Amino acid sequence: MPAGLATYIIRRLLLLPVILLIVSFATFALGRYAPVDYVEIQAGPRAQPETIERIRDERGLNDPVPEQYMRYLGNVLTGDLGVSTRYQGFPVEDVIFPRMWISLQYNAVVLVLTFAIGLPLGTWAALRRGTWQDPLSIGVFLLFASVPVLISVPLLQWVFAVQLGVLPSGGWSEAEYLGVELGIFSKHAVLPVLALTLPGVAGIARYMRGQVLEVLDQDFVRTANAKGLKAGTVVTRHVARNALLPIVTILGFELSALIGGSIFIETLLGIPGIGLLAFESIGSRDYDTITAIVLVGSTIFVLTMLLIDIAYGFIDPRIRVEGSIS
Amino acid sequence: MSFADTSSVAIEAAAPPSQNFRVLRRLLRRPVAVVAVVIIVTIYGAGILAPWVAPYGFNEADFTNRYAEPSLDHPLGTDRLGRDLLSRSIWSAQTTVIVSVAAVLTGGLLLGVTAGLAAGYAGGRTDSIIMRAADTFASVPTLLLVLIITATLLPRIQSAAHDLEDLTGFDWIVSSGAPSYFLVFGALAIFGWTGIARVVRSQVLALRQEPYVIAARASGAGTPRILFLHLLPNLTNLLLVAFTLSFGALATAEVGLTFLGIGVQDPHPSFGRMVFEGVGVSNVREHTTLILVPAGFIVLLVMSFNLLGDQLTDVLSPRHR
Repeated sequence: MPAGLATYIIRRLLLLPVILLIVSFATFALGRYAPVDYVEIQAGPRAQPETIERIRDERGLNDPVPEQYMRYLGNVLTGDLGVSTRYQGFPVEDVIFPRMWISLQYNAVVLVLTFAIGLPLGTWAALRRGTWQDPLSIGVFLLFASVPVLISVPLLQWVFAVQLGVLPSGGWSEAEYLGVELGIFSKHAVLPVLALTLPGVAGIARYMRGQVLEVLDQDFVRTANAKGLKAGTVVTRHVARNALLPIVTILGFELSALIGGSIFIETLLGIPGIGLLAFESIGSRDYDTITAIVLVGSTIFVLTMLLIDIAYGFIDPRIRVEGSIS
Repeated sequence: MSFADTSSVAIEAAAPPSQNFRVLRRLLRRPVAVVAVVIIVTIYGAGILAPWVAPYGFNEADFTNRYAEPSLDHPLGTDRLGRDLLSRSIWSAQTTVIVSVAAVLTGGLLLGVTAGLAAGYAGGRTDSIIMRAADTFASVPTLLLVLIITATLLPRIQSAAHDLEDLTGFDWIVSSGAPSYFLVFGALAIFGWTGIARVVRSQVLALRQEPYVIAARASGAGTPRILFLHLLPNLTNLLLVAFTLSFGALATAEVGLTFLGIGVQDPHPSFGRMVFEGVGVSNVREHTTLILVPAGFIVLLVMSFNLLGDQLTDVLSPRHR
């Protein structure tokens, strides 16, 4: 392991618990600060004040706040995320993880498609600089990148479900493949994948085009061309490889956009994933569920970003020296 | 969700302010940029002047004329309650203006630029504290946290506003919708400052070693003077692009939050509210204008800001001079 890389990784790893502590504290504080007393909800409207007090005592809600936070942390670490008030009596972890699996299916496909199409498309657009295809592709990328998911979903519904009638207008269906319940192969998955992939591809292509143009201007590309390498080799081995480096930063934005996009997609299309659950939980003030979703979502996000950062440290020696991607 | 992705903003420390008119002239020679500016000015202008230009009030219902087709009286038709869609769009544009300008002023300028200047110029421990804070904010999924923050705080802030009304005797605070506006741009500002801070910091790091800064310091100029008189003017181009992109992203963010019911509250108009009332298969099938109208305005506005950002980058980057 090269010098510097170890310190870099350690520094990133040290930041991880700090971020998670901050997030957990924020969710805990906000959950406690919730405008609705969920004990009263749970006890029902005709409960005696003594009953409510007893439940509070049992759940430790009368203990000092720091103590409650420590217990909350302990519970979370042992996998106990609380009790859903909306799905009476169900532990939150039993409510959120099946929902998360649904969201994960189509989001994984979107992520792969976005990069598999966006990167070559952006490179292609950059190599067409100065032709009529150039302004056209820039315009198309910009258009698709500018349409929020919230807008594109009803428009896609209108085109594919109402006008053409080829896709269902919403919902989710699963079938068993090799013993696993999968919904990604059904027609219902097409609209969400399309709605999230279009802006993703456009954004990545736009970014990649800029990166490739930047690299094309560099001396080593001229050298590679001058020494007679085939154009294809120059693009794949020299240009694309160098242009790809900063694209990692975009992966973070893309991930963040997917988490946000899922909430809108699932609300609009009635897909029973984690995004719809988050939306419904806020509506029904199911705070244990909301805080759990935020906490689990943030953890996954932070972990992914950490892995990306570390991978990046291996790829690009400059990062180790400068310390962070900026 | 948060402010625009500023990572691709690559503009060298640039032109002194006297050159800004040249930049403007160069920009206006590009037809695409002119179109974008015209669209932005029209939508923003209509929003700012909403009380004077909107033909109807945002809540003026006409139950005898529900779901009307576009006509001379109602150029874009009416909605479920017979409210004029054009007027509602104009009032919604006002919400967009208020929220985005407030978020850029507080999150971008106040928090972002100040933090970036401080981190870049002071260096050392200040720098690492600020940048670690930025890392933390940037490494959590923004929408989820904004969601939980607004969901828990909105009722509290509204009751606080009621208390304030009782205290001061002003009875317009809650009905003006100020609490929800405040919460929306506040939440966006808290999570949106990191991108701006990062670009500003990296520019300041480069500029700090410039001879004119060293000369200023040698001649006894204090830190605030160097920051605001010498460094800040040289960041204007960079900030121009970053903020242009931010405005588009913020408009989208407000629409999203309001759609989810945690942004600007009914009856106050917002494109998010209009989208909410226009979605659903039966609406999309039978009353397509309900979604097409807000969709059109949002896409036009966001795309214009993105186009303008692109054009500005082109005009300002030294390679293309």
